[in-house]
Parts: sequence; structure tokens; C-alpha cells
Amino acid sequence: MKLITAIIKPFKLDDVREALSEIGVTGVTATEVKGFGRQKGHTELYRGAEYVVDFLPKVKLEIAIDSGLLDSVIEAITKAANTGKIGDGKIFVTSIEQAIRIRTGETGAEAL
Amino acid sequence: MESQVTELAYAVDTFYFLVMGAFVMWMAAGFSMLEAGLVRSKSTVEILTKNIALYSVASIMYMVVGYNIMYPGDGVSAFWPGISFFLGGDNTAEGVIASGGDTYYSNLSDFFFQVVFVATAMSIVSGAVAERMKLWSFLLFAVVMCGFIYPMQGYWKWGGGFLDQNGFLDFAGSGVVHLTGACAAIAGVILLGARKGKYTSDGKVVAIPGANLPLATLGTFILWLGWFGFNGGSELKVSDVGEANAVAMIFVNTNAAAAGGVIAALIAARLAFGKADLSMALNGAIAGLVAITAEPLTPTPGWATMIGAVGGVLVVFSVVLLDKMKIDDPVGAISAHGTVGIWGLLAVCITNEEAALTAQLLGIVVIFMWVFVVSLIAWGIIKVIMGIRISEEDEELGADYSECGMEAYPEFVIK
Repeated sequence: MKLITAIIKPFKLDDVREALSEIGVTGVTATEVKGFGRQKGHTELYRGAEYVVDFLPKVKLEIAIDSGLLDSVIEAITKAANTGKIGDGKIFVTSIEQAIRIRTGETGAEAL
Repeated sequence: MESQVTELAYAVDTFYFLVMGAFVMWMAAGFSMLEAGLVRSKSTVEILTKNIALYSVASIMYMVVGYNIMYPGDGVSAFWPGISFFLGGDNTAEGVIASGGDTYYSNLSDFFFQVVFVATAMSIVSGAVAERMKLWSFLLFAVVMCGFIYPMQGYWKWGGGFLDQNGFLDFAGSGVVHLTGACAAIAGVILLGARKGKYTSDGKVVAIPGANLPLATLGTFILWLGWFGFNGGSELKVSDVGEANAVAMIFVNTNAAAAGGVIAALIAARLAFGKADLSMALNGAIAGLVAITAEPLTPTPGWATMIGAVGGVLVVFSVVLLDKMKIDDPVGAISAHGTVGIWGLLAVCITNEEAALTAQLLGIVVIFMWVFVVSLIAWGIIKVIMGIRISEEDEELGADYSECGMEAYPEFVIK
């Protein structure tokens, strides 16, 4: 089992969700987050005074999947979230030691 | 038959007066939303509390003593109106008919129309001192402002005192209401100081963006609506062709000036900052309205647009200038009502042949000196007695927490 953590541009959320559904991913957790990478921040203006926004809004997706799906999930996200411009985000993959479905007590891949 | 016409005209004019007064009352909602939109979310509850409480303080203080100071009938002198308490009785049908139309509205409708103006002046103060003033200190000042400071200068002009006798013209209150509110505000802000973090130690201005620009925009539209009552009602009469046409002219000019103010402020902000700043466009609407308030009747609609537009440009540069002087006014009230109020009083000279520049300057100086100095003393005394500023820690947490103990949007927080 793998946990995929993907940081994407917020407006790409729908595209990514659709792409994941198509390849059979049954659950995604999305969080609104802020951060900076190479894109850095940008300056905004209010009543004549500039201020720097260092942390830009992003969406963080957490997807727990069976290891067999890993390559197709990565491909789906990479394709759907890509704009070709700086700030498209990143995908991190970690291993899951154990997964349990709270309602039934099922464990392992059955619980995903 | 003739007496019936007189009675009917009395009823129509009283009705008009009351409805226009209700429009102005609604401006309290406009100020609340504008201010709630331009402060941070942690100061929302406190500014709303301040707004509804100041409206109520104004209503009570003006009824108890303010109205009598401002309109004493026969003042003791042109400077001192004398003091009396509570409202008098109203007209009788016989009296109205006997006057042959000279008495054309109910006395209580006049009180109602006047009391909502006091609240407007006080609302101006609340925005300027937002996010850092103690709630109860502010309300104590509201008592002094609505019961004494405002009515005194109101007597000098609208009550028939020395400013009126010297030919000072101020149709609906660019000076009596708006400049007055701004002068009380600037005195408060000077004693209060800027919000924490607004200016860096090396003198730079730090932007503190407003939490909710949709609310600020709604508030501005509400004020714009209310202003038709503010200026239109100040004609005091609608029941014949001449008066009805005058009221129509005032509505058209009031609208034109606000529109001119918005466009001019938007263009000025675009040229000065490179972006079309919404908050400045909103201030531009208020500026246009304040500018035309001193004389909404004699300009043509074209002139009204120009007078409003000059107000719109002035407000943008006044906001920037006040920031340079480290006078922190979160909503731009001092600029929109003070700087532009002065412009409005001067602009009377452009289209009103009866206006004299010297009389307008006299009015500006007298109102400024009176309101600023007495407000400074009042704020100063309150500061000594109970303090006017919340602690640094409370300011960090927000006035909502320290003054009211609740949040504007509690459901967005994990408890």
C-alpha cells in the first residue's frame, strides 16, 4: 500500500479528481494549504501600499492506494495537473504500514 | 377647501420628511457594512457593536439635549444657544391652517430627520478609530459628541447662529455633518496612534487589507441609497411644482456626483498605483457624495459630476498623504469626509451665486477648530480616566475577543 501526497494548483482539483476516478481510485482527501516553492510569492496592492504574499494557496491531496495502482495514479495526476508553468506542484510517495476501515475493522488493501 | 389643501400639503411634506429620514437611518447599515468589510475579521464583532450602539447613543442623546441645543428657537446669542431638555409638542391643525402653509411639516418629523444626521457624523468616527479603541471609551465619546459637540456647531449654521448670519452655506452638511465627523475622528486617531504593525520602524506603510470587500461594496451602495434621503430630504419640502423639481434635481445631482467620484478615484488609483483599487473606488463614491452635499441643488448634473470627480481624486491622494503622516485610518473616513467635506464647502462657490468664499472659509475654520479642539479635550479626558486603547496583547488577539468576547465567524474555527 502506498500513500500519495500531491500538491497541486487549486483550479486543477476537478481535473485531477476526474482523472483519478477514471483509473479506479475510490477515495481522496483534499486540504486547502499554503506554501512556497520555486514559484515563490507575489506582491499585491492595497490602498497604494504593496504587500508580499509569500505563501500561495495550493491544494494537498492524500490518496491511499494498492501498490499496483501506483504508476497509473502518478501518471494521471501528472497529466491532469500539468500546466507547463512554474508552480504546478509535486507528488510524494510513501509506504503505508497498515490501513484499517473503522466501520468494519477490515485491514490492509481490503480497507482502502 | 383651501384649508384642506394646506393640511394635505402638510401631510405630504411630513411624510416625505419621515421617509427621507428613514433613508438616512439606513446609512447606519451602510457604514456598518463598509467598516466591517475594511477591517480585519478579528475586529468585525467589535465594529458592528460600535455601530449599532453609537446609533442608539446618538438617538438618545439628541432627544435628551442635542436637538434643543441645535434648534433652540431663540438662542441666547449667536454663539450660545442655551440648554434645555427633551422634545417639545407638535403643531395643531388650527395652527397649521392659520400659518397659511408657512408651517409645513411636523415638529417631530424634523427631529427624526435631524437625529439620523447626528448618527451619520458619529459613524464617521467609528471607522477611523477601528481595531484598537476600547468600546466603552468610544461610546462615552459618542455621548459628548452627540449631546454637545455636534449640536453646538449645528446651531451656528442650521440653528441660525453666527455662521448662518455670516452667509456660510452648507445645504445638507458637507461641513456640519461630514467635516465634523472627520475632525472628531482625526483628534481621536492622533491620541490613539496607529494600529500595531501598520508602519514599520523605517517609516514604510504596511498594507492591512480589509477582510471582506463584498461587504464593503454592499455598504457603499447602501450609503449611496441613503444619501438620496440625506440630500433630497434636506430640501425639506416637496409639495409644489417648484419644490418637487428641486428634489428631483438634488436626486439627479447626488447620483451624478457619486458616479463621478467612483470613476475619478478608479482612474486616479490606476494611474498612481498601476491597479484599479476597489477600496479606493468605494471611497470615491463616498467622496463624490460628500462633495455634492454642501450644494446639490444649484449645479447642473454635468457640474455635479465634475464636483464629485474632484472629490474622487482628492480622496485617493488624501488617503496616501495621511498614511505618509502615519495617521492610520483603516477605512479612509478622514479623507472621504474631512478632506472632501472641505472641497464640497468650497465648491458651493462654483454654482451658487449667493455663496461667498470668505464665508465658506470662515465656516470651514470654525467647524474644524471647534470640533477638533473640543474633541481632543474630550478624548484626552477619557484617556486619563479610563484609557482609550486596548492592550497590545488584546490588539493581537483582536478587539472582538477583548471587547465583546465573541467571534464573527465561529464556525470556521476548530475548537
